[in-house]
Amino acid sequence: MGEVLKRYGAGLTTAIILLTVFWLLILLILPNLTMFESSFRPYLPVAEVGGPKDVYSFGNYMNIFGGEVPMSIFGIEVLVSARVKIFILTIFYAIVVTVIAFIMAYPLAYYLAKVVSPKSLPTLFLLLFVPLWVSEVLRSFAWYVIMTLKGPLNGILMQIGLIEKEIRWIDGYSPVVVTLVYAYVLFMLFPLYNAMQSLDSNQIEAAEDLGSPWWRTHLRVILPHAKPGIASGAVMVFMLSAGSLLVPAIIGSTTGNWFTQTIQGVMLEEQNWNGGAAFAFLLLIVCTLIVVLAMWLFRVKLSDIAR
Amino acid sequence: MYKTRNMLGHIYMVAFLLFLLLPLVVMSGAAFNDSKLPTVVPWKGFTDRWFIDLWNETRVWTAFRNTIFVALGVVALSVPIGTAGAILINSISGRWRATLYGLMVAPILIPGVVIGISTLLFWNNLSVGSGLHLSVLGQVSYIASFVMLLVLARLQSFDQGLEEAALDLGASHAQVMRRILLPHLYPAIGAGAAIAFFQSIENFNVTLFTRGGADTLTVYVFSKVRSGITPTINALALILILVTLVAAAIYEINRRRNARIEAAREADARRAEEAML
Repeated sequence: MGEVLKRYGAGLTTAIILLTVFWLLILLILPNLTMFESSFRPYLPVAEVGGPKDVYSFGNYMNIFGGEVPMSIFGIEVLVSARVKIFILTIFYAIVVTVIAFIMAYPLAYYLAKVVSPKSLPTLFLLLFVPLWVSEVLRSFAWYVIMTLKGPLNGILMQIGLIEKEIRWIDGYSPVVVTLVYAYVLFMLFPLYNAMQSLDSNQIEAAEDLGSPWWRTHLRVILPHAKPGIASGAVMVFMLSAGSLLVPAIIGSTTGNWFTQTIQGVMLEEQNWNGGAAFAFLLLIVCTLIVVLAMWLFRVKLSDIAR
Repeated sequence: MYKTRNMLGHIYMVAFLLFLLLPLVVMSGAAFNDSKLPTVVPWKGFTDRWFIDLWNETRVWTAFRNTIFVALGVVALSVPIGTAGAILINSISGRWRATLYGLMVAPILIPGVVIGISTLLFWNNLSVGSGLHLSVLGQVSYIASFVMLLVLARLQSFDQGLEEAALDLGASHAQVMRRILLPHLYPAIGAGAAIAFFQSIENFNVTLFTRGGADTLTVYVFSKVRSGITPTINALALILILVTLVAAAIYEINRRRNARIEAAREADARRAEEAML
């Protein structure tokens, strides 16, 4: 701190501090505290706000219950409320997206880091970056175009005779999962690549010279080294997927609802802002807990990720 | 053994690129199909009428203008904020640094829905109504993190001795900032501005909750997809993809030229050093 003052003087130091405070306090901490506080207040007409009915309660959080529907969890049939079911499925499928993205990105990250000639790397990366430059709304829409009933996917499959009738692809959660993987797989690829690139190739050769089969080299040498990259990629993909609103809203059907859509409904259709705040906070806290739990399970520290 | 493995790698790479790029090609192709639905099969003949329809739609133009205004606002705020944050964090150490760093990086992970709702509620409590100005503030809260990370990375290669030398030679504090630190940071600041601009154009979640009634391009496309789609969306998509591709290409060419210049400079310096010895 004194360093800054010595180098840039009182005026500039004040400006630097003020800008940072504005960012962290006004744009970040206070809005989140406001959201937290609002989430405990009832949804009232404007005239009654601040009146005797405006007391703190867990009412907004309880709204998630009510309207029981059957759901099978690991084969066991249970009755849960429709919103809880959507919440559980959102978290579950966000994890599925993360796992698929990892399986898809791992071989490619290895290929880019250790196999391909360094000369062609810039071109490959430029090509890989193209979808990242294209808006998410358009990328989701692209899959909508592909998977519609009369779209090219059904067209090609019928042309080569694999199916006889058009399949309704946009149904349930699978189109959402496919599109989320498509949208976020690169957020897994780049951290993985960075982690693997820092591995000394001699270590791989040493393992091979000592007779380790390829799968054991990956399991014992490359995977452990890439763990921080896997962790940051997984955290990124999971949080983005669970918090995505565009993808499920564009490609989801009524049978594939995401919890963010529930939040949107409460906020913008019911105009119940405090209720929306409660659900948004619920999403934030559960996602954060899952990330913390996963990091503890895989023994990764935050400082490993934020490198 | 190695050959087959490398071959598999090449094949997988090509398949992966196809997976990434084909959907965009299919979507763009549908912009030229003379069919009421956005599709490429059956191909009903080439047409440019979706582009003409798009041109005549006033809502697109408003949305386009709004998007650019918001993006410029986000750049104007997030670049100085992110840069200040990076300079501050670079100068402190210990536990405070970790806490501050965590706070500055966290917004990247916070779901956009949460950022949107919290921004809306906070400013609404202060009697600031919803609208695109809130979208700007909401977006800045996480886009500044990207700028901060870029500038911080660049600061690692900064020689603070230069600043001390300048101060010893009688430079004012403002001169140290303007003539020594900022010129070193310009590449990162430029990249940060570009990323902030494109992140803002892309943004949907924050904008949706804070925009009030105003349209941005993503919100416009979204509402169009939800209510009766025509291939005008595909036409818009193709135009946006082409614009971003051109911008990306310019950015990349620029980056490579700068890298070449810097490498040449370093080589010169090394040669000069060797000549002195």
